[in-house]
Amino acid sequence: MKLSPEDIPVIPRGVRVHRCEVRQAWFLLAPERALKLDQIGVAILGEVDGARSLAAISTGLAETYNAPLDRIAADVAKFLNTLVARRMVDVRVAA
Amino acid sequence: MTQSMPKPAPVPVPIPLAMLAELTHRCPLKCPYCSNPLDLIRRSGELDTETWIDVFRQAAAMGVLQLHLSGGEPAARRDLEALTEGARDAGLYTNLITSGVGLTEARLSRLAELGLDHVQLSLQGVSAAMADLIGGYQGGFETKMQVAAWTTALDLPLTINAVVHRRNLDDVAETIALAHRLGARRLEIANTQYHGWAFKNRAALMPTPDQVKRAGGIIAAARDRLAGEMVIDYVTPDHHATFPKPCMGGWARMGLCITPSGKVLPCHAAETITTLAFETVLERPLAEIWANGPAFTAYRGTDWMPEPCRSCDRQTRDWGGCRCQAFAYTGDAGATDPVCSKSPLHSEITQQLADITAAGSDADALVYRTL
Repeated sequence: MKLSPEDIPVIPRGVRVHRCEVRQAWFLLAPERALKLDQIGVAILGEVDGARSLAAISTGLAETYNAPLDRIAADVAKFLNTLVARRMVDVRVAA
Repeated sequence: MTQSMPKPAPVPVPIPLAMLAELTHRCPLKCPYCSNPLDLIRRSGELDTETWIDVFRQAAAMGVLQLHLSGGEPAARRDLEALTEGARDAGLYTNLITSGVGLTEARLSRLAELGLDHVQLSLQGVSAAMADLIGGYQGGFETKMQVAAWTTALDLPLTINAVVHRRNLDDVAETIALAHRLGARRLEIANTQYHGWAFKNRAALMPTPDQVKRAGGIIAAARDRLAGEMVIDYVTPDHHATFPKPCMGGWARMGLCITPSGKVLPCHAAETITTLAFETVLERPLAEIWANGPAFTAYRGTDWMPEPCRSCDRQTRDWGGCRCQAFAYTGDAGATDPVCSKSPLHSEITQQLADITAAGSDADALVYRTL
């Protein structure tokens, strides 16, 4: 399963972003997994609200960070598809 | 060690990632490979609710991210709800590791409301006949099927944890199919670790090399086929491997375990190492025990390693293997894990295990765990 631009990524129950003050770092916590997030990962997951599509998320981030859309779209898709394969992000397929 | 030897620089104290809280040893099941010790703790010896919650807070302050509420059967604790709430309030990702027996739909729903993050349900076999034979509990299989359905209906992530051995390893394809049908997001297929009760039962449970090989192929194919649908983690039996498993990701490096009475262990089987002494959360703060408790510093890092580990380029990959296994086979917990092909005892141990496997049969009686 790979995200299409119209698909809506969803963070499922039992997966959450967590700030660890001891390590001064962000993590994505899931069953038996703790994935350390960099700033880009935190920014992307902060946009995954279960309502907006992959395309809308990429557009929003490109505007916020004043970066080329094609580059941002590729990075966002790659990051979220990796999480989809690990069942840390679900996909709501566009109707 | 003599006094004239220079003191080695202390090993830096790592930040622990996960903590296993064995809330109780009580369990309706009697699995013959139970990871609890042979000498089980009774209800009267268990930590109370407040002490457990204080331990959870201490763990979170140390940097622990994942908490495993386990047992025995954690649902045997009437305060499981309070403990779950306390764990989430402390900021911990909270896993319930359960046989399912003792849970009801209402209870699971309440646990979900209180913030339970994940349910890991054990599976002893793909049929009621096999599951209930291994679990030693009639009706257990039926309950598990219900608990799986309740879990997915609540949209909680479900992991099926299938412990495998010679009696059920040939059913691995059916195990994968069942977990998938139950809606598991994750399946853990774990070969029995032969400590404690399992060590007692090893002739009856140790799989043949052919079984292991066949299962490995089926699992690898299923992992590809089900990518994105169900994550499959496979714990291989290291008796058939060239190098040992990096047990616990390294001793006292990533995780710790608390027994029902509050003993702090570097691994859940560590009490099999009778040469170590363990402290309890009633005596000292958890962070101090983790940092400099003698059981933790004994095999932390690489300074303790003998040859062939000392000069091995895999020393920070394998971490010398499993200390409990080393102790069980050599009487020295500081020896290289004899499962490693570089261990001087390797061929002797391999032959011993091959003899046990060859002599064993499905007809061998199982010794069930008992208080």
